[in-house]
Amino acid sequence: MRYLPLQADDRRAMLAKVGVTSVDELFAAVPKAKLLRALPNLPKAKGELEVERELGRLAARNTPAASVPFFVGAGAYCHHVPASVDHLIQRSEFLTSYTPYQPEITQGTLQYLFEFQTQVARLTAMDVANASMYDGSTGAAEAVLMAHRITRRKKAVISGGLHPQYADVIATLSKYSGAAVHALAPDPQARETIATTIDAETSCVVVQYPDVFGNIRDLRPIADAAHAKGALLVVVVTEIVALGALRAPGDMGADIVVAEGQSIGNGLTFGGPYVGLFATREKYVRQMPGRLCGETVDAEGRRGFVLTLSTREQHIRREKATSNICTNSGLCALAFTIHMTLLGETGLKRLAAINHANACDLADRLAGVKGVSVLNDTFFNEFTLRVPGDAAAVIEQLAAKGIMGGVPVSRLLPGDKAVADLILVAATEINTDDDRAAYAAALKEVL
Amino acid sequence: MAIKFTRDHEWVSVDGDIATVGITSHAQSALGDVVFVEVPEIGRMLKQKDAAAVVESVKAASEVYAPISGEVVAANADLAGTPALVNEDAEGKAWFFKLKIANKAQLDGLMDKAAYDAFVKESA
Amino acid sequence: MAMNSSGRPTTPGTATTGTAATFTGNRALDHEEALIFESGALSKTGVDLPEPKQHKSRLGGLERSGDIGLPGLTEPETLRHYVRLSRKNYAIDSGLYPLGSCTMKHNARLNEKMARLPGFGDIHPLQPQSTVQGALQLMEILAGYLLELTGMHSIAMSPKAGAHGELCGMLAIKAAHEAKGAQRSVVLVPESAHGTNPATAAFMGYTVKTIPARDDGTVSVDAVKSALGPDVAAIMLTNPNTCGLFEPEVVAIAAAVHAAGAYFYCDGANFNAIVGKVRPGDLGIDAMHINLHKTFSTPHGGGGPGSGPVVLSKALSPFAPLPYVVKDKAAYRLIETATAATGTHPFGRLTAFHGQMGMYVRALTYMLSHGSDGMRQASEDAVLNANYIRVGLRDIFSQPFGDQACMHEVLFDDAWLKDTGVTTLDFAKAMIDEGYHPMTMYFPLVVHGAMLIEPTESESKQSLDLFIATLRTLAMAAKDGDVERFKQAPQFAPRRRLDETKAAREPRLTWKASTEHKEAAE
Repeated sequence: MRYLPLQADDRRAMLAKVGVTSVDELFAAVPKAKLLRALPNLPKAKGELEVERELGRLAARNTPAASVPFFVGAGAYCHHVPASVDHLIQRSEFLTSYTPYQPEITQGTLQYLFEFQTQVARLTAMDVANASMYDGSTGAAEAVLMAHRITRRKKAVISGGLHPQYADVIATLSKYSGAAVHALAPDPQARETIATTIDAETSCVVVQYPDVFGNIRDLRPIADAAHAKGALLVVVVTEIVALGALRAPGDMGADIVVAEGQSIGNGLTFGGPYVGLFATREKYVRQMPGRLCGETVDAEGRRGFVLTLSTREQHIRREKATSNICTNSGLCALAFTIHMTLLGETGLKRLAAINHANACDLADRLAGVKGVSVLNDTFFNEFTLRVPGDAAAVIEQLAAKGIMGGVPVSRLLPGDKAVADLILVAATEINTDDDRAAYAAALKEVL
Repeated sequence: MAIKFTRDHEWVSVDGDIATVGITSHAQSALGDVVFVEVPEIGRMLKQKDAAAVVESVKAASEVYAPISGEVVAANADLAGTPALVNEDAEGKAWFFKLKIANKAQLDGLMDKAAYDAFVKESA
Repeated sequence: MAMNSSGRPTTPGTATTGTAATFTGNRALDHEEALIFESGALSKTGVDLPEPKQHKSRLGGLERSGDIGLPGLTEPETLRHYVRLSRKNYAIDSGLYPLGSCTMKHNARLNEKMARLPGFGDIHPLQPQSTVQGALQLMEILAGYLLELTGMHSIAMSPKAGAHGELCGMLAIKAAHEAKGAQRSVVLVPESAHGTNPATAAFMGYTVKTIPARDDGTVSVDAVKSALGPDVAAIMLTNPNTCGLFEPEVVAIAAAVHAAGAYFYCDGANFNAIVGKVRPGDLGIDAMHINLHKTFSTPHGGGGPGSGPVVLSKALSPFAPLPYVVKDKAAYRLIETATAATGTHPFGRLTAFHGQMGMYVRALTYMLSHGSDGMRQASEDAVLNANYIRVGLRDIFSQPFGDQACMHEVLFDDAWLKDTGVTTLDFAKAMIDEGYHPMTMYFPLVVHGAMLIEPTESESKQSLDLFIATLRTLAMAAKDGDVERFKQAPQFAPRRRLDETKAAREPRLTWKASTEHKEAAE
């Protein structure tokens, strides 16, 4: 067994030293009848080559994004990740290190977390950011809980433009923790009036920016309405590249900003692992969930970094913790930070501009197909398409022609007839002119 | 009037119908470097044993309980900016909050200095 | 006030043995490395992107104006920056990492290679299901393997880490009680439990009732019985427990819990001790999360990502969350919404999409590589290694619950350090100077100055012999009064002890130019 250093003679010598004749004597506390005699009913050990073949067969049954014209988004986006990002995150010292509980020998992890926190705070125009959450959706739920703690209220107003699966995560956690959710109806054209739904019981308003249908709206009036009633504004961003082109939520009155950071540095990987970004105002930092890295000095006065304000966390406060989160998304945060460092301000803005331009081009092309319309007045790199008939069937037909045309809204909101003819379509820097032309042509054929 | 102590390591000093509350010198030394203090809002009504304040060191967070019932009439604003005060002068400048006493009889249930010192020694 | 955790020193003291200064501040291979905010520039970039096509903006007048404040670096500078940072980290690949309860075992690179196959790494969670049949099949295979190893009835794959899995299991329990119309408000948690357990229970509105441990470090069925009642919803028990012991009365505890109408949640953090040896399902457990990043070697990555699938008993299975995979005829299909769920009552959804696919691929690669024989051998080796350390140190170190066989981790306390002037923390820092990552310290909380050592199966006998000899030498130095060696440690790490008090009193959580700091202070 290539992974197990102990050899038979080692085991014999060690058992003798321990003073037992068989390893099962060390399992004496296990009730005799419960100790397994037979091996589990699973295949025996295999060499690398056999394992590669077996998993290769499974992988071959999937269609990778890069192999086709690809326009699927809705909370996970296909972007190009520079080769050096994946190389660096596979450095042993990053990949096989643990949470930096011993700061003297984990300054590498701590310094990149500090850089990550700073990047996230600046990108969102907030004061502070944590060292990451599991992903955007769990971050959104944590933001709602945090708002409840701050305001000592227990009702969240959820915009109809929030990703339905994010809304489901919030609803699930709220239901079982005794909090209320006022979820507005799905709102493909950003027509809802949130202000009137905020009352004295409301702890926060949760809006997505751009929303799940792609619409972009000024958050300032919503922030003002929330603040007027003593509620907080939670802004959710599922496509973080958008903040390279759009005004930051922190500049429009957001109190908590959560985002899915996958687009920067992290592959699609069928939905995970991703990385949740979580930022807030300085005054709320002690109510924040998750780990925080802070700057300090060592005994020789040299700058160094440590995990700090950990009294908020489960391992100290136990049942009084702000959250039960323990493991986060360290390595995905590293990928985010490295990619963001490679981009820099200049690269990020350029990347965002390309995404927007490609989406504009695609929207124009698709709107030119007979019977098809683009719902959005505003969008960044994703918009909502109305097609004649059943959107899910159209997507399947496009897939049969080798085009991944987007996400039928019915996949997220089944049974809602009002959205059954809508498709979420995303365009990024990976799409070529040919890809977009192929999409328009294929759409024309299937309709 | 003399200072009284609780088994939860708070001290209370009474002046008329106002009680000043803090944590004991023994408590601060057990906690280590205090890095954060949260005091109650003025006007809050506290019942005896209610969690009234929070004191945190780097590796421990503790609730400070109301030793007796009463309304919060003052809170020590200095502690937010200078939590180290708790380590420097726990039973003096680092008082946490003042209560308008609701029930003076509750004071009788608390320990005096000698009894508290014996209690600390015993539990060590 | 209530002190719920024992404090440890958090200011570094003064370093007396300074090192010779260099002009750069570097120490040979150990480079001082500036932050990107100091070394980068807003105008610099490490990517070459084409000029975007001109289009009328459809951003609705919300275009960003002005600088964001994100400096960039070119590619060579980026490589050098992060490579230099990486060298300041300890890692499994560079040495023994005996963190108790964390299972820092070898992370095979084949796992990484498989997770990066385009058919796994480059597929979208919402692309048509007909185009991801291999991914859904992989989830089913992995689920089947985990069920075989645990002897449980069903599995919820989506939780993102152990604590998320705990939440999942407890939500299933709450949903099961609610389905029966039962109002139960108390969750029993032994005092030795991991902090996530009471945090999870409290989050869900349960009152946490603590169960004391016996003198031997385990939980007695009598203590559980006396705490059980009609208001108890569940017990959360870690087995093997955080003291490194298998709970001998676990079967009787499960029976008592079920007789009281409650459910048994098992924290599976320590599953690595018993894979292929004992099946949690045979012990009467109703729900248990499995940390794929511990037992099944998906890398810890400096604190994540993890993955925490939860196995469920028959009673809890109907309440498993969305999404889940079903197979009908020749095709696999995801059940993603309550509307689509037939015959089950999902308690809801824990995350967008379908969970940690990247971790599923790695975990399955581990399982296929090890096979049933290798997985059992790994558990046996992990247990043997921990006991070998126990026996190698037991005459010097003190064990809080007496000398008894442990599972895959061995627990010592600091009674043996009494009157030496050396604390558990000092001892741990001296291990750093010897080239080791310290063990888990001050956990579990029930043991004074706890030192929890988990070597895993990935260590050779030679490696363990050197580790034991090192710890013995350090222990003798402590007993011989060489206190300074410990107080000054670590002396050879990239940093000396760090001032955690300063970090917490004056939190600096983002980089600001030094002038900004000054302004903030004024």
